[in-house]
Amino acid sequence: MTEQNGHALLEVKDLKKHFRVGRESLKAVDGISLEIQKGETLGLVGESGCGKTTVGRILVRLYEPSAGEVLFAGEDVHRTRGNEAKTLNRKMQMIFQDPQASLNPRMVVSDIVAEGIDIHGLAGSKKERLDRVHELLETVGLSKEHANRFPHEFSGGQRQRIGVARALAVEPEFIVADEPVSALDVSIQAQVINLMRRLQKERDLTYLFISHDLSVVKYISDRVGVMYLGQLVELADSDELYANPLHPYTQALLSAVPVPDPDYESERERIVIKGDLPSPVNPPSGCRFRTRCPQAVEAAAHIDPPWREAKPGHWIQACPCFA
Amino acid sequence: MAMNNDNILEVRDLRISFGTYAGEVQAVRGVSFDLRRRETLAIVGESGSGKSVTAKSLMRLLPEANTIFKGGEAIFDGRDLLKLSEKQMQRVRGPKIAMVFQDPMTSLDPTMKVGNQISESLRKHLGMSRAKARERSVELLKLVGIPNAEERVKQYPHQFSGGMRQRVVIAIALACEPQILIADEPTTALDVTIQAQILDLLRELQEKIGTSVILITHDLGVVASVADRIAVMYAGKIVEMGTVRETFYDPQMPYTWGLLASIPLPTADRSQDLIPIPGSPPDMSDPPKGCPFTARCPYAMRVCPTEFPEYTTFSAEHKAACWLHHPMAPNVEPPARVGGTR
Repeated sequence: MTEQNGHALLEVKDLKKHFRVGRESLKAVDGISLEIQKGETLGLVGESGCGKTTVGRILVRLYEPSAGEVLFAGEDVHRTRGNEAKTLNRKMQMIFQDPQASLNPRMVVSDIVAEGIDIHGLAGSKKERLDRVHELLETVGLSKEHANRFPHEFSGGQRQRIGVARALAVEPEFIVADEPVSALDVSIQAQVINLMRRLQKERDLTYLFISHDLSVVKYISDRVGVMYLGQLVELADSDELYANPLHPYTQALLSAVPVPDPDYESERERIVIKGDLPSPVNPPSGCRFRTRCPQAVEAAAHIDPPWREAKPGHWIQACPCFA
Repeated sequence: MAMNNDNILEVRDLRISFGTYAGEVQAVRGVSFDLRRRETLAIVGESGSGKSVTAKSLMRLLPEANTIFKGGEAIFDGRDLLKLSEKQMQRVRGPKIAMVFQDPMTSLDPTMKVGNQISESLRKHLGMSRAKARERSVELLKLVGIPNAEERVKQYPHQFSGGMRQRVVIAIALACEPQILIADEPTTALDVTIQAQILDLLRELQEKIGTSVILITHDLGVVASVADRIAVMYAGKIVEMGTVRETFYDPQMPYTWGLLASIPLPTADRSQDLIPIPGSPPDMSDPPKGCPFTARCPYAMRVCPTEFPEYTTFSAEHKAACWLHHPMAPNVEPPARVGGTR
């Protein structure tokens, strides 16, 4: 479906997830196809409600998709059962946004980090288990002494490091990081981002990095996908996407990001898009962005825009408005 | 009390602590600033730096039970806000100084129609009749850009989206055309495209009404796009203050350097690591005696932990508190990324 047939670690094909809301269905993810190459970071951006978190959760099997499939190293993630499923769980891990809510407050750090080690039987003895926990804590910039403490004894940034250590404990190949730094102060954000980048280099990890912060996503990602109302509207190399956004939504989104540079801010022209996000229960027909699009054309309501490669490696949902 | 006529508010040596089971937490430790007429002053800092406490104390919205007022004054209209009785304060809060909070859902009453929430302050403070207030509510909703305002006044907050709710909150805050608007992280809960709408709206309304704005935020991008001046807070103190251009392009102390260097810019080179500030902020129940940034500062000297530095003045607006500006301190260059981002 998408670009190079290099070594796609993960292939997502026409993925859909519809949630039942009373009698209606909320189309959280509505037909997404992409590939994630081994060792790369794919960023996923979009506003709240666009479905980016749902995509991440489907990939690591926290949700079953309504349609479509996810292949991890050629294996259908949602069809595996038993031991194979367990192995997949080990290979795919997740880091959550809120380090407060994602760590069990009644468990000490060593048990939190070692839970995966226990489940997958990765340590032969108690000593080995403890050694691994200590090693992991040191890898993420904490110390051995932290192993017997409870989550509430840590700051937000330290808690997020514990979350990273827990994900690493089972030696995964692929990590979905869902807004991993959004809850952190900027000075701490940079610490966690640097940590994630270092670990990726050392362990050849593949990341799906989900965030609404476009500057952070650009910095950490090799490629970036932009989502709107359950669909991908654009996908390109990170530098290319930010330099030459093609889709009107991407353009508006990028122009809305305030840059910490007063001169730049005083000169820039903002594309302010009108109105609010339509409901994903009843998304607009045709191009989903047309109700807020500054360039909307009549035809956009009738044609489902095709997913097309505009230039090598730069994919867009080709709405009639810029045909 | 003599007051510079350009200033609408003068805060002097504000000190506020909280009583907790673990002892006294010193949230604000001697903050002084002026707010000029019609300007936007941004107070930036990380969580726990005391920026929200400073703002809330001006509105006298801190919980009485555990707030310990340690000293200072805030002169507005010839009176010290911090010494007013609750009754006097009620005549300030709303008509003279209004506030917009981060989360629009919790600042609106879910059981009350939006129109009534706007009329409430009009009727109470301006003595408008029910009919007149209703009419004005519709006008205000239109002013903040809510379409179909005649119908919308009859709806409840849950029927509005996040961005629309924040517009309602702004409409309420501006209903009586206050002289000061305190906006505490007004766009943090909103998506970027909605944030852009709300910031535009605030700017436009400020011009129309002539309100002075205190903007509290941790987002330096937002500051660069809307503020005139900026005060950087760290551990309950203002560590640097200046015009936005001075502070962004010629920052004068290591914490500000660190803040500016740790955010990834859209133009950032991705092969370079970000420069984080190591460590974490100090525990405010036992704040360091000297400069609170010492423990995280790569340039710390022997004097730093012993005494908080005097402010050094660089221009009419620009000052910073750092021992590096002492005549005996070594000459230190800020990191390359700071001071000119393009």
